[in-house]
Amino acid sequence: MMSYDSKANLKHNKSTGLPRKRFYRARAHSNPLSDSHFPVPITPYNVDYSEHYPEFFPSGQINNYNGDTTSSLEVKKIQFADIGCGFGGLLVSLATLFPETLMIGMELRDKVTEYVKERIVALRAANPGKYQNISVVRTNSMKYIPNFFEKGQLSKMFFLFPDPHFKEKNHRRRVISPHLLDEYAYVLQVGGIIYTITDVEELGEWMKACLEGHPLFEAITEEELQTDPVVKLLSSATEEGQKVARNGGQTFQAVYKRIAPSETENGVKNLGERSVLN
Amino acid sequence: MEESFVEETENNKETEVAPALIAVHPTEKSVAVAVGSELRVFDLHGDCSVSLVDDSGRSFHTDSIKAIRFGAKGRLFASAGDDKLVKIWTTDSWHCIRTVCSEKRVSAVAISHDGLFVCFADKFGVVWVVGLDDNSENQSSINTKGAPILAHYCSIITSLEFSPDGQFIVSADRDFKIRVTLFPKKPLNGAHEIQSFCLGHTEFVSCLAFVCSSDYPNGFLLSGSGDSTVRLWDFTSGSLLDTCEVGAEAGLVESDREEVCQPAVTDICASSDGSLVAVAIQSLHGVMLLSCDLSMGRLSVVKVVSMDISIPTSLGMSSADHLWMVTGVSSIPGTKFPSLARVRVFSGLQKDNLNTSKCGPILLKDTDVPGGEKLLEKLQGSLSIVEEEKVLEEAAEAVKTAMHNLLIKRPYSVEKRELRKRSRNDRKLKSC
Ligand SMILES: C[S@@+](CC[C@H](N)C(=O)[O-])C[C@H]1O[C@@H](n2cnc3c(N)ncnc32)[C@H](O)[C@@H]1O
Repeated sequence: MMSYDSKANLKHNKSTGLPRKRFYRARAHSNPLSDSHFPVPITPYNVDYSEHYPEFFPSGQINNYNGDTTSSLEVKKIQFADIGCGFGGLLVSLATLFPETLMIGMELRDKVTEYVKERIVALRAANPGKYQNISVVRTNSMKYIPNFFEKGQLSKMFFLFPDPHFKEKNHRRRVISPHLLDEYAYVLQVGGIIYTITDVEELGEWMKACLEGHPLFEAITEEELQTDPVVKLLSSATEEGQKVARNGGQTFQAVYKRIAPSETENGVKNLGERSVLN
Repeated sequence: MEESFVEETENNKETEVAPALIAVHPTEKSVAVAVGSELRVFDLHGDCSVSLVDDSGRSFHTDSIKAIRFGAKGRLFASAGDDKLVKIWTTDSWHCIRTVCSEKRVSAVAISHDGLFVCFADKFGVVWVVGLDDNSENQSSINTKGAPILAHYCSIITSLEFSPDGQFIVSADRDFKIRVTLFPKKPLNGAHEIQSFCLGHTEFVSCLAFVCSSDYPNGFLLSGSGDSTVRLWDFTSGSLLDTCEVGAEAGLVESDREEVCQPAVTDICASSDGSLVAVAIQSLHGVMLLSCDLSMGRLSVVKVVSMDISIPTSLGMSSADHLWMVTGVSSIPGTKFPSLARVRVFSGLQKDNLNTSKCGPILLKDTDVPGGEKLLEKLQGSLSIVEEEKVLEEAAEAVKTAMHNLLIKRPYSVEKRELRKRSRNDRKLKSC
């Protein structure tokens, strides 16, 4: 705690108490893609965990990877991803609900990302020892998810009030689509859950239809919906959700579970794997 | 998203030339060259030029061909490109058995090893599949459409390959990514199960090739990139086994300067026994030969074999001991040399040969090339091309520029974007 406090003091402006931005710039040891205004890690091993979660990864440890692929040492990895996290309300709620789980928000807008960064820093400073497990990164989640997470790394993904892109020809820009679900299925572990909610009925139907039609996702049961503490947060935790609630708007949610591929969908390989398991 | 808007509209048609491509039948029964919209085939077995036949009554390709290849057994051949057509040919009679219409321009094509499916990728990052069921014989006039099976979001797919055992389809893109996807039994419903991503390149991935041997029949994946490296991957796990800095090894990278100039790898091909890998690199007058130790997962440079004038734009190898190369371009902006191509062949590629003899592989004289001058006349379009040194140099340069424009991402400044937004609004205001 001591070390954290002294660091925090350094990083904050004494008169305003606000975080000084220069300490929170992304380090550029991942390769900057020249068309982007943000660095993208070349592989998930290049994600700098010490920058995002200094309390969990102290002593300048660059990342969660010690270069030894055979190492049996369990390293802590990010497990929740809030895609298009906006102002970060969900992360803030989840931080204390799952204090030992690392989570990250992914946000495309620069200023919004900066805001979330500062919000987390301020929360950490005001609540020593808390909010150490949440962070945010500026990126285009539609292009770079595999650069951040390994196969089966995530246990939860959130898509709360995503941009609707009404026009038919812009549907391919939607953050839930049949093809993008392949990538989400890749980074989610079997049993992992994808949470979606929107106040736009048409988009709600679209997201549900995409998930329903995908062979690697299955709707979670009514019972699971009732007992999952996270479900309640979907409509209430984020800034967008609160706005919708204030205006008395309706919401449409779809919560699906990542399932193992069925034998009929795939080739010999999976049949083989299955028979080994059974 | 603005980013994608930029990608979709900023293509500069002027510099969009296409490199000449070469494909060699797996047992060297025939050789095909594509230059611009022209597809030229020479039948080495029958020692004659091939006249392609397309009963559908359509013209052949009408715009630059961007991908050609033989199926694994050599029975089928596919060609595709900027005219948004994918044509599938049977190689015994060179009839076009199927023409598939794509919605977008096609950047890569692959034929499943069982010959039942053709996959192609479009410039918007979507991979499509078409079934070639056996009752297609009398369907030659019917144009089919593909079914989308997977996508690289808003990227350009540069290469598509089936794994040697046919279980996976591998796609590479300009965003440094290689995706390995399980190719399902019923691919028309989509290929949803991603086996791995092979990540490590720091520029666009330009080409893919599998290398396998009798000890490793499932093989390993090789990739070439704008980052001037060739990488070897365990594609089932996505782990990077080795990186060969081919640009630096060939002495083409000046790393002491701040702005490092990285010549892109433009093509790789592996010999059928896996002993040798040939690499074409921008600015390299010749090819680099690598050996691949599959048990150790290591790549090493065997030698650079140089040619005086040609920088090959495409490579091909068959089970015969030949490395085929073509240098050429669909057109050189501002000149009157259309559909330019120069074909050259190295022989003596056996590993023992390379190790023992100092002279290494032999660059065959035009008269010694399989098929001789008759073949060259067909595939090059003429024999006199030999004299056009300067033109070949320009061709290589035009190809380099085109590749750069297509695949390298230019920084898109905030000011430029603001300007663009404003001019868009101006247009709107005027039209009101
Ligand atoms: C309507 S807001 C919702 C924000 C937040 N989830 C909430 O519920 O308050 C959608 C957010 O997604 C972000 N976004 C859109 N496309 C994105 C992408 N490709 N990658 C990351 N973020 C994206 C937008 O910048 C925006 O902040």
